[in-house]
Amino acid sequence: MSRKVKEIIIKNIFLLFALISIVILGLIILFLFMEGVPIFTVVSVKDFLFGTEWCPTYDPPEFGIWSLIVGSFVVTIFASIIAVPLGVLSAIYIAEIAPPLIKEIFKPVVELLAGLPSVVLGFFGMAVLAPWMQETFDLPTGLNIVNASFLLALMAVPTISSISEDALYSVPQEFKEASYALGATRVETIVRVIVPSALSGISTAVILGMARAIGETMVVLMVAGGATAIPESIFDSVRPMPASIAAEMGEAPFRSYHYHALFATGIVLFFLTLGFNLIADYVSHKFKEVGSATL
Amino acid sequence: MKWRYLKQQLFLVAVRISALIIAVAIGGFLVYIFVNGIGAISWEFLTQPPRDSMTKGGIMPAILGTFYLTAGAIIIALPLGVASAIYLSEYAKGGVVIRVIRIGVNCLAGVPSIVFGLFGLGLFVVFLHFGSCILSGALTLGILILPTIIGASEEALKGVPQTFREASLGLGVSKWQTILRTVLPNALPGILTGSILGVGRAAGETAPIMFTAAAFFTAKLPTSIFDEVMALPYHVYVLATAGTHIEETRPIQYGTVLVLVALVLGVDLIAIIMRSYIRKNKGW
Repeated sequence: MSRKVKEIIIKNIFLLFALISIVILGLIILFLFMEGVPIFTVVSVKDFLFGTEWCPTYDPPEFGIWSLIVGSFVVTIFASIIAVPLGVLSAIYIAEIAPPLIKEIFKPVVELLAGLPSVVLGFFGMAVLAPWMQETFDLPTGLNIVNASFLLALMAVPTISSISEDALYSVPQEFKEASYALGATRVETIVRVIVPSALSGISTAVILGMARAIGETMVVLMVAGGATAIPESIFDSVRPMPASIAAEMGEAPFRSYHYHALFATGIVLFFLTLGFNLIADYVSHKFKEVGSATL
Repeated sequence: MKWRYLKQQLFLVAVRISALIIAVAIGGFLVYIFVNGIGAISWEFLTQPPRDSMTKGGIMPAILGTFYLTAGAIIIALPLGVASAIYLSEYAKGGVVIRVIRIGVNCLAGVPSIVFGLFGLGLFVVFLHFGSCILSGALTLGILILPTIIGASEEALKGVPQTFREASLGLGVSKWQTILRTVLPNALPGILTGSILGVGRAAGETAPIMFTAAAFFTAKLPTSIFDEVMALPYHVYVLATAGTHIEETRPIQYGTVLVLVALVLGVDLIAIIMRSYIRKNKGW
């Protein structure tokens, strides 16, 4: 075998390995549909998505996941309200303001926060925050939207912070120098020049942070309370989609309609986060900075 | 002029406070877990199985189970991830295929952990008839950390200077030999760092192993990869939510949490220190 042929074979073997991520994504979709689609023989897609009654163990059962979808969005939105300012501002702090020594310490701290297992945060929410909240605000339960959103925010902060930070670093030095030369102060340069230039990266960071929050399981499973109703106040319990899947899969009889309904919930969750990721990918490529020549 | 100054000061204060909140949140959290958990830690706690329906005894089977699952995950993900990264970094020359692969890796990284759990249940446990066991859990976790490994390996490979490759190719060495003998050895520390971060991630995940590997309690230690195991994260979840002794077993819960946190953050810390050491001591 000539050396050239051998090289081509090796290259194509590596191509096969590189395709594995795509193959796995395909398999995930395939198996979610295989186990999820049978539910649509007893309930229409519309009734499944927008039905407000989730009573899979009643006779007859009701499979409407609207309250679960609302639950997911509510905790994600409240988590973002906390996490976006914290994440972006801390990124600005690391990239532009912190003295070198503090930066050396603070960056790993944010990374450690990213590495904290979610079950540990969930445990903290259950054992510490919930009783405290219940007593302080005189609530029927401390396992509610506020508690879950706060912990989800902690999980989203590292994602938002580190990706925003990369975006801030990639702003060309000339921009800063030009701004200073015009007499702008440091803060004016940050707010009017650096942040706008990094906006596509910061947007990507926010979208990915939200994707992380909406797909997070253990925190909402342990801390969101689990009520399957449309919430009326921020101190109500909710049952986001991942919590519903995790809590009920163990009890759902194998290949019952309940089991299929949970897989179908997984389909909704999967495509929701896939959408978030594709939007993030689009934003980061469409508005990508390619050096100072682009402006 | 005064207002201009004041606005800037306000912004700086907001930025500093945000950073402070994050630092205090994680610092306070770690201290709280340590103070409440350290009392439960003893030699017996780390080396004995649970007793009296998990209200007494230790967590040794859970530590062992987490070790098996994590080791399995890394054995599966490391070769696949490095091979994938070699293509992306060394062979690919842009174009549609590369774009699609990259989107695929990013999307895989964004798949919620519970969806990995469902996938593992559907493919490994049910379709391939592995049942709920170490193998199914390790495969599921391996897939979960694959994007982490690919990302870190690619970055490490890209960090090897182009001149190294050119020198090797210039001597008449084939491309494959260049990758194997020159590029990979120089990228190895970076690849290992990324893999360690993957280990930390795999050890802390709960949702993917709930339906694929983890058991509430096992009377015996696992003897094959087709046995169910206890695992630290799942043990925390079980003790905190299920059972009639939730308040009574709080010390055990805090102890388990402390062990898990120490394990995961310890592993992450090693990776972080290794990475900064590599960056500082790079000879090129």
